[in-house]
Amino acid sequence: MAKITRAEVEHVARLARLALSEDEKERMTAQLDAILGYMDTLNVLDTTKVEPTTTVIPMVTVLREDRVQPCLEREEALANAPDREDVFFRVPRIIEDWRETDRERDSDGDRDSPVGNS
Amino acid sequence: MDLYRLTLHELRDLIRRGEVSPVEAVRSYLARIDALDARVQAFNCVTGEAALRAAERYQARQVVREALPPLAGIPIAIKDVICTRGVTTTCSSRILEHFVPPYNATVMDRLHAAGAVLLGKTSMDEFAMGSSTENSAFKKTRNPWNLECVPGGSSGGSAAAVAADMCAGALGTDTGGSIRQPGGFCGIAALKPTYGRVSRYGLVAFASSLDQIGPLAKDLRDAAILLGAIAGHDPKDSTSADLPVPDYEAALGGGLRGVKIGIPAEYFVAGMDPEVEAAVREAIATMEGLGAIRVPVRLPHTQYAIATYYLVATAEASSNLGRYDGVKYGYRTEKSEHLIDMYMKTRGEGFGPEVKRRIMLGTYALSAGYYDAYYLKALKVRTLIRQDFTEAFQRCDVIVTPTSPTPAFRFGEKVDDPLQMYLADVFTISANLAGVPGISVNCGFTTAGLPVGLQIIGKPFDECAILNAAHAYEQATPWRTRRPDL
Repeated sequence: MAKITRAEVEHVARLARLALSEDEKERMTAQLDAILGYMDTLNVLDTTKVEPTTTVIPMVTVLREDRVQPCLEREEALANAPDREDVFFRVPRIIEDWRETDRERDSDGDRDSPVGNS
Repeated sequence: MDLYRLTLHELRDLIRRGEVSPVEAVRSYLARIDALDARVQAFNCVTGEAALRAAERYQARQVVREALPPLAGIPIAIKDVICTRGVTTTCSSRILEHFVPPYNATVMDRLHAAGAVLLGKTSMDEFAMGSSTENSAFKKTRNPWNLECVPGGSSGGSAAAVAADMCAGALGTDTGGSIRQPGGFCGIAALKPTYGRVSRYGLVAFASSLDQIGPLAKDLRDAAILLGAIAGHDPKDSTSADLPVPDYEAALGGGLRGVKIGIPAEYFVAGMDPEVEAAVREAIATMEGLGAIRVPVRLPHTQYAIATYYLVATAEASSNLGRYDGVKYGYRTEKSEHLIDMYMKTRGEGFGPEVKRRIMLGTYALSAGYYDAYYLKALKVRTLIRQDFTEAFQRCDVIVTPTSPTPAFRFGEKVDDPLQMYLADVFTISANLAGVPGISVNCGFTTAGLPVGLQIIGKPFDECAILNAAHAYEQATPWRTRRPDL
């Protein structure tokens, strides 16, 4: 049985904010299926009494004094921005985006009525 | 004299004695890069002008007999995943093609403080994801020993640059073998330190619980010197260990008499290249001849390491690479309808196939319904793999294995089968999962003339033991004197 379907690949790609072409979805489904099949080798191990390892070093909370320290200049922090306006990072409209998303979700809803705070 | 032929420590000693000037050293390496890199393709960028200016400053001080820092004028190359202030840091990815970091990684600041001079940034698999450097968005880096073969990866550019004498030494990063495997494929000395030994501040993150920066060097003494220059606690990386840094160079020369070398049967398996196995077995015999005591050890969970690694590493990667959203830095798609659409197209266009595959795998393993079955399961098996090493090191001082099951392979051989590519890391991955240090040292050549890597794994923070063992072996064998015919 397939470990992963094309519909799941599409779902995971949305979670990962990754646009995939039809061709990529096809290849990805086959490749992830093979890789996940290989991952099943772990299931022969009984790990019910084993603690998980998230890090190999002892984790301690590191504290420091709350003192002002030098940091990046604003211009330096903005220098790599693909788009900016004045001292801000500029992005496409977000409010419109919410409206779009809600419309997609609500297939029975009235598509002409505004949903966002316009 | 061809200065580029010298090891880092030989060049350092000549500069220290005033017999060679930093400018001569830098010019020699820049000329070498000019002559060879069109063929080898090890560098993403070369910072020749800045390197010469830095060398001139040291030279002015050398002329007036002013005290110089220990690595004054030593030309080094840095993997293009380590942030360098004012010098593009691309991770060999379209998404960071024009990224110019506003700050230096801590390792870069430390090398500068030691006097080293940056020659350029080296090629790699995109975001350090790969074992052949074929996943670069920009170029095909070649193995100096055979230009039809891959240099290994992901630090393939650093390994090729060192092997081809295009730098005196280099830094790479190792998440599952990315320093040791290309080190082995290119016949050089390559060290992954203990997790926490070297600060990761300014290293573009792939899998944060596994990533570690380390040296790729012409010989073991050079590796010891470079490790000493970059190791130590850094307040900017809370996972860096607050432990004293030993004098690694001074620790060399202790020899192998009485050193217990553990040989794990699980690392000598069917399907291994017979020439690799023969070279490694001969190397073990050589070490015994130098007084080492051979001890059989068991690492019974070795066969689960690849599955564990590719779940843990991709889960961490899917989270770490969430930052590439086309807002603060990096590539942004030309056309987008709204914000989510912009994120999706930016990432879909900016990342290459292997990076997308790993983001997908990691997102899947962390997603609702699959977290326990995949991610949590892998974290538990990671505990078992770690315990294997703890138990094995109760019986021996170091563990000796092949670095890889095969020598360097040809371009395209594994690129269409991601699982086959993952299996190339079978012998190096466990050390990252356990957080222990490992070295690859050249232990001979195949009949086709490709180098074979010997891996020496040590106890946590016992880099001295593996450097010393590898150095003793290196000094007793002729391999390091052979150079690729370019």
